[in-house]
Amino acid sequence: MDVIGTLSIFVLACFVGYYVVWSVTPALHTPLMAVTNAISSVIIIGALIANAEASGSAARYLGLAGIVLAGVNIFGGFSVTERMLAMYRKKDRP
Amino acid sequence: MTGDAMSVPWTIGLAYLLSAVLFILALRGLSSPASSRTGNRFGMAGMALAIGTTLYTHNASALPEILIALAVGGAIGLLIAQRIVMTAMPQLVAAFHSLVGLAAVVVGAAAFLDPVAFGIVEPGTAEIFNHSRIELGLGVAIGAITFSGSIIAFLKLNGTMSGQPILLPARHFINLGTLAAITGLIGWFYAMPAPSMAPWPFWTVMGLSFLIGVLLIIPIGGADMPVVVSMLNSYSGWAAAAMGFTLQNTAMIVTGALVGSSGAILSYIMCKAMNRSFLSVIAGGFGAEAASGGGAAIDRPYKRGSAEDAAFLMKQADSLIIVPGYGMAVSQAQHALRDMADLLKAAGVTVRYAIHPVAGRMPGHMNVLLAEANIPYDEVFELEDINSAFAQTDVAFVIGANDVTNPAAKTDKASPIYGMPILDVANAGTVLFIKRSMGGAGYAGVDNELFYRDNTMMLLADAKKMVEAIVKALGH
Repeated sequence: MDVIGTLSIFVLACFVGYYVVWSVTPALHTPLMAVTNAISSVIIIGALIANAEASGSAARYLGLAGIVLAGVNIFGGFSVTERMLAMYRKKDRP
Repeated sequence: MTGDAMSVPWTIGLAYLLSAVLFILALRGLSSPASSRTGNRFGMAGMALAIGTTLYTHNASALPEILIALAVGGAIGLLIAQRIVMTAMPQLVAAFHSLVGLAAVVVGAAAFLDPVAFGIVEPGTAEIFNHSRIELGLGVAIGAITFSGSIIAFLKLNGTMSGQPILLPARHFINLGTLAAITGLIGWFYAMPAPSMAPWPFWTVMGLSFLIGVLLIIPIGGADMPVVVSMLNSYSGWAAAAMGFTLQNTAMIVTGALVGSSGAILSYIMCKAMNRSFLSVIAGGFGAEAASGGGAAIDRPYKRGSAEDAAFLMKQADSLIIVPGYGMAVSQAQHALRDMADLLKAAGVTVRYAIHPVAGRMPGHMNVLLAEANIPYDEVFELEDINSAFAQTDVAFVIGANDVTNPAAKTDKASPIYGMPILDVANAGTVLFIKRSMGGAGYAGVDNELFYRDNTMMLLADAKKMVEAIVKALGH
């Protein structure tokens, strides 16, 4: 992929993000922040590559640190979102 | 295969694309509480797919230590997520943002030190692609700002650090100078000829970005935190996107763009709900005048009521609208509030809740707390959906909110909150206003005309204690 190709994906994804996020109900803005937090930890891909492909120890351990950091976020972020979403309920509850 | 991202097999590219689509569906699910949990599962699946694909395509011998690192991080994350109290959600989100920022910095540093591993060098040389240098520079800068800025936001939200703005002399000058230096250094890093490529501009960008993150957030007062948290949310996305460019990874680019726009939209909504421009929030200093400005009109007469008075009034009412604010979160009054609402509903009162977009310390903060207390979400309304109903409502019950109800926002052009959309509680038959004491004004440092109106009864006490007393009185 060339730079323009990736840039196109990026720009189009910004538009997708714009429309998808405006359709999020304000009542769920806090879970929205928690889940965006979790998914932005997709940066873990970079940390995994750094660790797996490193030729020296610096990049390897930086990668490892990145995996731990992103790991906290991924598991913590999705799980706290799940916890919050489970609390939202409608009137006719038992 | 090696880390050469230019020669990714199409199946791998497809897997990352699928994971990006799953992330989009995760956000899409949040359009209603009913579909939200399915959405969250999509998000988890997308993340599992992204991680699995990366592990599958890279050096398997590193797998044991990767899994251990993931298990350690994951265990910490799960532990925190299960233990955190809902009122502490703003600081938790800020803390999580800081981790994303730091992860971006760490990945950027690794890519700079070992560009071959990331496949970002001209074949046969040690020269990092020019465009990759820009991406690395931006990714590390934004990541570092996200990290240090979120740490400050965390400390302020957590109460470890005072929420008061810290105003350095000539701060605008210092901040703009630092930002200019960062931009200039990234430019230099980009333009440097390869053989003589010195490492210091890269590391200086990193160092200065850590610094500017702190400098940008310390002048911003506690009540502007909803904007700050949203903004840092946005930055964490842009940092991930920049790293995605370096790795030519669709999942990272799309996710970064989603998160970036999400945070930007939330910041916009918060600014609009305060009638402030984004720049004026970022410039900071708002709320600094609170210490000196408040207390001007303390001697004016007002009506004070007891828990019994409040219970009597609400029991007689046909309809009640509850307006929660940050004070409810501080005193953890949401559960007592729900008990009160249940008793009133049993007595035939129609109970609804009105949420101002900036109530609390982060977007949607009040909704989560009400949900935690088991209050059904179809009794909870946003400002524009319920504001006209105050005029037909017998009692408005304001608990821990202040500025978002202040009529001065409509009438007083000199007021710092002039133009801010407010909840028209004053239109209700009676306003019950819980406040700790008459002394302190709201964060904006302005007195609230509402306190002195004939139809307002002030309930001066801690929010939770007052609601509990009302519950007791209703029981009789």
